[in-house]
Amino acid sequence: MLKVENLKASIEGKQILNGVNLSVNPGEIHAIMGPNGSGKSTLASVLAGRDSYQVTEGSISFLNQDLLEMAPEDRAREGLFLAFQYPVEIPGVSTTNFLKTAVNQIREHRGQEALDAVTFLKLIKEKMKLVEIDNSLLSRALNDGFSGGEKKRNEIFQMAVLEPRLAILDETDSGLDIDALRIVANGVNTLRNKDNATIVVTHYQRLLDYIIPDFVHVLYNGRIVKSGTKELAKKLEEKGYDWIRENETTIAG
Amino acid sequence: MSKDDQILEELTSSEYKYGFETAIDADEAPKGLNEDIIRFISAKKEEPEWMLEWRLNAFEKWKTLKEPKWPNVKYPEINYQDIIYYSAIKQKATPSNLDEVDPELIETFKKLGISLEEQKRLTGVAVDAVLDSVSVATTFKDKLGELGIIFCSFSEAVKEHPELVKKYMGSVVPVNDNYFAALNSAVFSDGSFAYIPKGVRCPMELSTYFRINAANTGQFERTLIIAEEGSYVSYLEGCTAPMRDENQLHAAIVEIYAAKDAEVKYSTVQNWYPGNKEGKGGIYNFVTKRGICAGSGSKISWTQVETGSAITWKYPSCILKGDNSVGEFYSVAVTNNMQQADTGTKMIHIGKNTKSRIVSKGVSAGKSQNSYRGLVQVMPRAENARNFSQCDSLLMGDKCGAHTFPYIETGNKSAQIEHEATTSKIGEDQIFYCNQRGIGTEDAVALIVNGYCKEVLNQLPMEFAVEAQKLLALTLEGSVG
Repeated sequence: MLKVENLKASIEGKQILNGVNLSVNPGEIHAIMGPNGSGKSTLASVLAGRDSYQVTEGSISFLNQDLLEMAPEDRAREGLFLAFQYPVEIPGVSTTNFLKTAVNQIREHRGQEALDAVTFLKLIKEKMKLVEIDNSLLSRALNDGFSGGEKKRNEIFQMAVLEPRLAILDETDSGLDIDALRIVANGVNTLRNKDNATIVVTHYQRLLDYIIPDFVHVLYNGRIVKSGTKELAKKLEEKGYDWIRENETTIAG
Repeated sequence: MSKDDQILEELTSSEYKYGFETAIDADEAPKGLNEDIIRFISAKKEEPEWMLEWRLNAFEKWKTLKEPKWPNVKYPEINYQDIIYYSAIKQKATPSNLDEVDPELIETFKKLGISLEEQKRLTGVAVDAVLDSVSVATTFKDKLGELGIIFCSFSEAVKEHPELVKKYMGSVVPVNDNYFAALNSAVFSDGSFAYIPKGVRCPMELSTYFRINAANTGQFERTLIIAEEGSYVSYLEGCTAPMRDENQLHAAIVEIYAAKDAEVKYSTVQNWYPGNKEGKGGIYNFVTKRGICAGSGSKISWTQVETGSAITWKYPSCILKGDNSVGEFYSVAVTNNMQQADTGTKMIHIGKNTKSRIVSKGVSAGKSQNSYRGLVQVMPRAENARNFSQCDSLLMGDKCGAHTFPYIETGNKSAQIEHEATTSKIGEDQIFYCNQRGIGTEDAVALIVNGYCKEVLNQLPMEFAVEAQKLLALTLEGSVG
């Protein structure tokens, strides 16, 4: 589904990703871990197509298409979803209205007819239960005045409505209390099926107690330096990122 | 003698080459402005003598006034002698129903989405359609008539209801109020007149569509709305204008009179031709709109969505004379490309416990300039006056400008005045967020701008709000690269 090869990317002339290789198949959950500044969020942003990042080398193929040639909205329409680390506020636009616009643009892209108001509201109601989100939140302006937890839940709610092929959760666990974490994880697990895939970007192992990854990758200095199963996450939790740093130094030395 | 006066002097004293008698048969006045032209217009409209006198008086006042130079707009000097001040649609007689209206005209209305038949049947909106200065068709008159509501063209009111016109015309916007008001008073072509009798709640939105049609014709609309004690009316004015090469002068007047406990809601969607991307062509919109809350407990609410015109100069205002009266101003002004807007409001607190609320949302894109200019004035005897003002500016790109000129004058210590202002840019983050959900950039901008303007759009009647949202999106098309 997703194949990242030797990806190098920079922002404002500063190189952040130094040759990332990653392969994700349908049905899989991948966790990308790493210390602050290792390039986790950069990788998520580059995949989504944020234009402040320049890809200097490498390639990304998504569903057999050249992802780097696609505009951000086309990536989304093809089924790539990013749950933002810092969801953006759009005053005066309700979450419902925002999502209706999104759903119908995606449907148009796929040659499907726009959903009428009734069908759309039915879809919304169904998905609301998944993330235990309140109706009143949906009629409020998008993320405007939402608490940190509400914003993150709203991201997962949007993901539930848009049903992406590949979801990238960028530090979705940061700022969540344990209850919210469980709700978010529950949403992700319920949405999981054999045709979609998820990349969980996180700093902590905590989230991985709820969303069990098939693979764990450690990103360090813009490269994936270690890959393994969920046991690797446990090990990281015990030994800390210093363990990676020492390893790296040894290898480099 | 100034240069302007000299020119006027020369023109007014020179022989009028078309002659009064022959011009009467023409559908269009020759270019220029002088006493004969005013007589021509008045005769053309078969006006009574008092109306002609009133016009001539206004013309005398106009000659003593100067074009205002204080607005934050730039345009080449207007040659007032190069403008046609009257143009009528070719029409044999006043039609008594739609079947008698020129089919081509009906076709034009249809293109504008103003099918009168549809309006009549479906929407329950009475439309006084003004196409190029002459009222063509008026609907729903009978129904309104049963309630004693008068809704007709201004010229008709002059003939049928002279006592009301004489009493109120010029009472809110005096003839010599400003240069453009005096000009309008001298040459106004037509417009709408509404009278709501005591205690009557107008059961439908009164709506007028204006449209400039003939080339090189100034439009000088005049509207007068009178709401008697305890009455209510919601009035809609909307307009579209076709593509045009030459600048067109539009100087309208709207006067609103609200008696004790009366409420008038006035909504406008203005979409005059703004000129092309280089700023060529486009309408000059110099409008004086003012309402007086004459009686205690009365309320006037202005809502405007301004997207068109090359230049907009417009300050819908409220004189809060009656105690406990309320004035409101809700505005969205969008400028793109080379458009210039200097718009805002004046809230004059005279009565006790008067309240005013101003919500202004400016959106600037392209190389446009968008200014908010507002005055909140509290007179010495206006005990406990309250005002809340919010002026927000949204910038798109880095070549446009947003300016805010708030003036506050208080003559009474008990006044409470709040003013909030923000300036923001459409964030790349916001657009990227929308993109990431599959929403294209143009739609993202429309979504964000509509959200930003929501507080104002919410004030519009439902069908008008939908139209306004589409208009905002259309106006800003291509403004984000």
